[in-house]
Amino acid sequence: MDDTDFKQSVSSVVKVFWSITLTSVISIQNISKVYSQGNVTALSDINLEIASGEFVSLLGPSGCGKSTLLRLIGDLIAPSAGMVLVNGRSAPEARQSRDYGMVFQQATLYDWRTVSKNVQLPLEIMNYPAAQRETRTREMLRLVQLEDFGQHYPWQLSGGMQQRVAIARALAFAPKILLMDEPFGALDEMTRERMQLELLRIWGQTQTTVVFVTHSIPEAVFLSTRVVVMSPRPGRITDIVDTSSLPTPRDFETREAPLFFQKITEVRECLRRDEVRGASS
Amino acid sequence: MASLALEAPLSVTPPWWPPLRRVLAFFIVVLVLCAVWEGYKVVGQAFGDKFPGTTLSFPVRSDDKSMPHIWTIIGVLFQPARRGGEDILLVLLAKAALFTWREAAAGFVLGSVVGFALGALLGRFVLLERSLMPYIVASQTVPLLAIAPMIVIWGGRLNWPAWWSVALISTYLTFFPVTINTLRGLRSPNPTAIELMRSYAASDLQVLWKLRLPAALPYIFTALKISATTSVIGAIVGELPSGIADGLGRVLLTFSYYYISGPEKLYASVIGAAALGIMFAALVILVERLVLPESRRLEN
Repeated sequence: MDDTDFKQSVSSVVKVFWSITLTSVISIQNISKVYSQGNVTALSDINLEIASGEFVSLLGPSGCGKSTLLRLIGDLIAPSAGMVLVNGRSAPEARQSRDYGMVFQQATLYDWRTVSKNVQLPLEIMNYPAAQRETRTREMLRLVQLEDFGQHYPWQLSGGMQQRVAIARALAFAPKILLMDEPFGALDEMTRERMQLELLRIWGQTQTTVVFVTHSIPEAVFLSTRVVVMSPRPGRITDIVDTSSLPTPRDFETREAPLFFQKITEVRECLRRDEVRGASS
Repeated sequence: MASLALEAPLSVTPPWWPPLRRVLAFFIVVLVLCAVWEGYKVVGQAFGDKFPGTTLSFPVRSDDKSMPHIWTIIGVLFQPARRGGEDILLVLLAKAALFTWREAAAGFVLGSVVGFALGALLGRFVLLERSLMPYIVASQTVPLLAIAPMIVIWGGRLNWPAWWSVALISTYLTFFPVTINTLRGLRSPNPTAIELMRSYAASDLQVLWKLRLPAALPYIFTALKISATTSVIGAIVGELPSGIADGLGRVLLTFSYYYISGPEKLYASVIGAAALGIMFAALVILVERLVLPESRRLEN
């Protein structure tokens, strides 16, 4: 064979070996989820590998199964077929080993506990000694920049501050993986953008692997290293857009960079293609 | 959950005003009710208890035998309860109320414990709830007047003191609101909170102790306020078939015999019984104030 063919085959062999050795923290293999005895297919044959330290967004219209997929990863529901492996272990094992921190759209803080006590909740359940709980809580509140609000009650805090407490609580026990289901969905646009910057800063400091569900294209592109585009009926992954080329650290300037808009357009085209395909079938 | 930014109040009222205002409002309502009572009597006596120009009569007769004057009722409290007896009516009522209250308190405590345990069990085991709930509801529809003598007779056979039977009857009326509200409160946390507990791999006991129980507390207090008054009713009704002489039940029964000749004593005793119920409920409300911050109380 000639020179270019040889180079191509060498590079593809290298790629294969590289992907095998790459640390895949979450391995989603042939996941399917059906409801109502097979009448509703929420997810159909999902395959996805997520590397350690990545920030992966699951993006798609309502009904595409992104929240279902997140809950399957976190072992909040069981799959109908396929499996999720986390560092080689099954999802239920990972949950029992407290590998997951979760943040939902509602902060769901306990209003009979102070902010500090709310952050301490998972630590109490996991039987951390009292002194360690105190130091960990203070660290976490400092991380989300709420160290002066430890003795306040949740109803005294704004929505954005409550979500920051929820993030502090989710990270209190240093989980390997952070699962977030539209955490900024209930916030106004300005708070949302501020929280996105906060989240990236926290991610940079803790280096957790993040799986983030959203239906906002700019949010997905801004935050992630990869955007997984999903489509409904049946729920499946249609495209994966690599956004790691956006420069880091990402800030308000990134939002005005041409590459940012290019990536948003790329993702939007993927969604439009799915819509058209769905309408014609 | 509403989120409030901390703001300075627009006007500063002294901290003792709201509770004082509540007490004043209570007494003003009492005065208004007395005025309505006396006003009805005046109007009734003027029109001969009939609507003018018709033969339609007033719902309640307004003469002094049917509706004694307020001052007569109050006055009779300070007269000897029985001809030749030493205690004035007020003292007799106080002693009887204290006696009845002990039975009611015992029934309240037992009923609350049983009610809570039952609510917790039904909350944990859905199968139990489905199978037992109809019977629990049905238990409250059986008239107390039929059950009370049964319990007294069984108690007599078991040779236990009469007031135990009364306490048991009081328990019977107390447990139901506590069961229902405990169940409701234990189920009140939203599904997201339960999912979070699952993500921490928390045991069922941890979820109960750290999430469900604190969430249920406001609901349980609501039930306890209801139970405080119904436990008193249960005790009074329970005393009748028990033959107990020292409680409010006997007092009310005795004065009901003399209603034709002297209704004031009966009215005064009824007010005394009501006062007992109110004071017990106020005690529970006080405990609630100490345990729950204002933001968590269901009724303010």
